[in-house]
Amino acid sequence: MVPLGWYLSLAAFVFACGLYAALARRNAIAVLIGIELMLNSVNINLLAFWRYSDTVDQLAGQVFAIFVIAIAAAEAAVGLALIISVYRSRNTVNLDELDILKG
Amino acid sequence: MPDISQLLALLPTMQQVVYGGLATVVAVSALFTVLAPNLFHSALGLVATLFGIAGIYVMLEAEFLAVSQILVYVGAISTLITFAIMLTRGMMFGRTAATNRQMLASILIASLFFLGTLGVVTHVEWPMVGAPLGDGEALIAKLGELFVTVYILPFIMMALLLLVALAGAILLARDDRA
Repeated sequence: MVPLGWYLSLAAFVFACGLYAALARRNAIAVLIGIELMLNSVNINLLAFWRYSDTVDQLAGQVFAIFVIAIAAAEAAVGLALIISVYRSRNTVNLDELDILKG
Repeated sequence: MPDISQLLALLPTMQQVVYGGLATVVAVSALFTVLAPNLFHSALGLVATLFGIAGIYVMLEAEFLAVSQILVYVGAISTLITFAIMLTRGMMFGRTAATNRQMLASILIASLFFLGTLGVVTHVEWPMVGAPLGDGEALIAKLGELFVTVYILPFIMMALLLLVALAGAILLARDDRA
């Protein structure tokens, strides 16, 4: 079998990619894409730790991964609705131009 | 002269070779997703990444999760993202810079995070082999049973959350001028 550390390293890499997108991209949709990548890397970790644990028949990792997927779906729907709403009123989705709360 | 079986034991197993291919696909397409200046290319890279991650789930013997991943992420969320890109058109052709002024600091933070985590991961003695799994269909039946027994409260809260999120999304995206 594949060692557990390989899965954890891959998840860390995908999380770092998502973190970069969330911090550095200007477009709000690209930031959302980065957040989806981070959520997915967490799911890889949950499933990997579940598969290599001693209580594999309790299925806790799979249950938590399903909850993460459901929350990610809700987050994507609300986030994209917010982006479309902002685009209607401000005609931009660049996050550094959305500064009306700045004093 | 080393024994031939010792040499064979050093070679990667079939599973490890398949894992290496899948992990390469996931890593390269994740990198492409976050670095592509065109937003539409980013969305396509995200689809490839999510497909690769579904393959990783299959390797972890979580077939139900792999199918859910393809249905929810590849089917629904990428369609949503593509729609949002189309509706906010003008942003997708890279007429402005794709990254903000924090880019160098972000690269530093992300690579420090990756290297730090890699350092921890490689210094711990992880188990090499998981416990044997039972019949796949029985596992999925057990999963469904757990959702209506042990995890009933989070399950109902999840249904409530999805309902509220759906109603909120419709309310937010509705055009008031119409």
